Amino acid sequence: MPPPPRCGAAAIRLPFPIPYPPMLRFLLTRAGLVVPTFLGITVLAFFLIRLVPGDPIEVRVGERGIAPERLAELRHAMGLDQPLWKQYADYLGNVLTGDFGVSLVTRNAVIDEFLSLFPATIELAAAAILFAVVVGLPAGVLAAVRRGSVVDHTVMGLSLTGYSMPIFWWGLLLILLFSVNLGWTPVSGRLDLLYYVEPETGFMLIDTLLAGDTDAFRSALRHLVLPAVVLGTIPLAVIARMTRSAMLEVLGEDYIRTARAKGLREKRVIGLHALRNALIPVVTVIGLQAGTLLGGAILTETIFSWPGIGKWLVESINRRDYPALQGGILLIATTVIAVNLLVDLLYGVLNPRIRHAR
Amino acid sequence: MKRILLGAGLGLVAAMVMAAPANAAKTLVYCSEGSPENFNPQMNTTGTSFDVALPVYNNLVQFERGGTKVIPALAESWTVSDDGLVYTFKLRSGVKFHAGRDFSPSRDFNADDVLFSFNRMWLKDHPYHAVSGGEYDYFNDMAMPELLKSIEKVDDLTIRITLNTVEAPFIANLAMPFAAIFSAEYADALLKKGTPERLDHAPIGTGPFQFVAYQKDAVIRYKAFEQYWDGKQPIDNLVFAITPDAAVRYAKLKAGECHVVPYPNPADIAAMQQDPAITVMEQEGLNVGYFAFNTTKAPYDDVRVRRALNMAVDKKAIIEAVFQGAGKPAKNPIPPTMWSYNDTIQDYPYDPEKAKRLLAEAGFPNGFETDLWAMPVQRPYNPNAKRMAEMIQADLAKVGVRAKIVTMEWGEYRKRLQQGDHQTALFGWTGDNGDPDNFLHVLLGCEAARAGGSNVAKWCNEEFNNLVLQAKRTTDIAARTKLYQQAQVIFKEEAPWLPVAHSLVHMALSPKVVGYKMDPFGIHRFHGVDMKE
Repeated sequence: MPPPPRCGAAAIRLPFPIPYPPMLRFLLTRAGLVVPTFLGITVLAFFLIRLVPGDPIEVRVGERGIAPERLAELRHAMGLDQPLWKQYADYLGNVLTGDFGVSLVTRNAVIDEFLSLFPATIELAAAAILFAVVVGLPAGVLAAVRRGSVVDHTVMGLSLTGYSMPIFWWGLLLILLFSVNLGWTPVSGRLDLLYYVEPETGFMLIDTLLAGDTDAFRSALRHLVLPAVVLGTIPLAVIARMTRSAMLEVLGEDYIRTARAKGLREKRVIGLHALRNALIPVVTVIGLQAGTLLGGAILTETIFSWPGIGKWLVESINRRDYPALQGGILLIATTVIAVNLLVDLLYGVLNPRIRHAR
Repeated sequence: MKRILLGAGLGLVAAMVMAAPANAAKTLVYCSEGSPENFNPQMNTTGTSFDVALPVYNNLVQFERGGTKVIPALAESWTVSDDGLVYTFKLRSGVKFHAGRDFSPSRDFNADDVLFSFNRMWLKDHPYHAVSGGEYDYFNDMAMPELLKSIEKVDDLTIRITLNTVEAPFIANLAMPFAAIFSAEYADALLKKGTPERLDHAPIGTGPFQFVAYQKDAVIRYKAFEQYWDGKQPIDNLVFAITPDAAVRYAKLKAGECHVVPYPNPADIAAMQQDPAITVMEQEGLNVGYFAFNTTKAPYDDVRVRRALNMAVDKKAIIEAVFQGAGKPAKNPIPPTMWSYNDTIQDYPYDPEKAKRLLAEAGFPNGFETDLWAMPVQRPYNPNAKRMAEMIQADLAKVGVRAKIVTMEWGEYRKRLQQGDHQTALFGWTGDNGDPDNFLHVLLGCEAARAGGSNVAKWCNEEFNNLVLQAKRTTDIAARTKLYQQAQVIFKEEAPWLPVAHSLVHMALSPKVVGYKMDPFGIHRFHGVDMKE
């Protein structure tokens, strides 16, 4: 696998000099890029769902149909009788003031619904990426160090399998094996029905601990294992492959030979000198997994009845709940952008050359 | 040192993951298929939402458990005036409302609660009318605004409802979910606090179960209401575990994580029936799937063509292939579970030769070209419209009719069908109030044949229409039965549809569940259900 293109600040050349320290300039350029991205997303989120035939009223009506007068009345009440450009302008104006509108179905504020469900998705995604890193990184290092051996072929073969695994099928397979046949983990949900924990943070692991209920915490952990493994499988495969190729590149460098020549122990050579330098592309890839994770969460949450935003978005599409969908997409995109920004900042921490050399 | 800590940590996690919690007694878990829109059956339109609201509420009258017969509930009894216009309801005394987190009832149920519940939907200037969007689809769909003349409180325990026209199915309408009775006192309290929309999200009713909590998209909890007027329920807790995927619901049932499972995958039913740890129940749904001919368009304005097509299609083969055993052939427009079903009617035989002769007689010895619309979605009365359309297409080809299958997005499909853009189309219906009027008048009456109406055959037969209208204005069930049976004879002769099938609805249960009855309306009700230890 070829090394990934170095993205981030290095690629951007401004036509005029900015008299700021490099780090601040870097931040400002990155932030400036966010604005058009953000606008583009609002356009996509707004118009794509409207291209799907059937408006929010049509899809609710079922076999019966609706009287034209009543349809007009409802369309007016939802603002759907306005010209499209005006609807968009109103929407954009509201979003800029932080108003994401009200769900057409539940009549709750979109931002409230999103915030009440988002912690569940974050918890799942965090567990998934943790699993992917904890397993994927060592596997990749091992494969690189033992290049061409059985270990290498096994890791690469498994990661290719993992990468091409359909989430739906993989999830059901694990449920049948671990939940139905072996009875080790619960089939779905976030917490055993015996427990009721008042949502404080929305993160079940934290809430159960706050409530001081260790049994509930255990139950929450048991519920998290399978969905995290399913959602983490693709990132795991990507991380393992990326770590391997980055390590292979680094292991051929002069400084590694120097380190070995110094008589350093092999573990220290690999773990410190090689891995630290191989981490930059790996961290990029981990950051890029934010999108994969949130996309995969939609399927994973559906299979495991996980009450996060994925399930909510799918339902919103089926109900043509425009405000919920637009708000949801926008907020998720914001999260992905924020994560990528964070990753860019992290390069500086990992590699001082990026911090200073401009 | 780090490694030791990591190892200990992993060990701890593993130990925690392995330990399982103990079981509680008499908690029934229902793995529901989706999240509710809200907890107000006045505004809901989906079975999923009705399911979550109904444990909390009662109506003036109710359908008997597992049937379509109307029996008393919050109204102990009622009388109808001789002209059929005035209904007087005697209300039950001593009925308690639930207490909630921010409400304790100070009085029992009375006529004010009935007035509040109906007036919210009916009166546009009612303080609650516009709350939570103010859409009362079923109230409007059942034509209640046109039907109601007045609702009066005679005294605390008597309500008088006067209608504009005689409408026999009215009493069945009152048993439908939208006619649930709310607490006027709770509503007032919320209005004073400035949070009226809580009425629709934190429900308070008189029903057998009391709402406890809803964790969005995950779990809904109820507990049995100790002071329920009909006695406390045998189970203590009712829990809805929202599980959208059918395969996962099946897995949860097998793993003992839920006790009642709706909408199993048809492909799983055989395996479920083999499993001694699962009870499978089945019932004919209150629905019909049909193949409609647009009688305003040639050649379907000729009854001979419609009859010929009725003979050209092998219904039995379709039921086997499309429904995989989960359907029964239909000959009438109403399902056999409905009163007045005319079983003496003979269905058209499957006879392609005779169909060809009829077509030749009608001037089509070489057949003709037609469109054949098929809906893109799975419906209760038709699990796979595309497959069904292909089978019909093949059957029609045998008698020389060359059909082209047309499909489009569901909302658009329904709209254009009701506009009458098609020549022939697959469609269907699920009953609302269990009254034959709800099929025969709504789907086949002249009023519904207008553009945009739900009579997609656009069929208006004066004789049929008069019978159905007369039945609507007669309150005597025996007399109505006769009229509807006669109407079904005309329907068969005139053949505006080819009725295809009534679906069989399945439920999978744990054998621990005792006394569950399937509801012909497709709603999942848990009052009267018990659990074995």
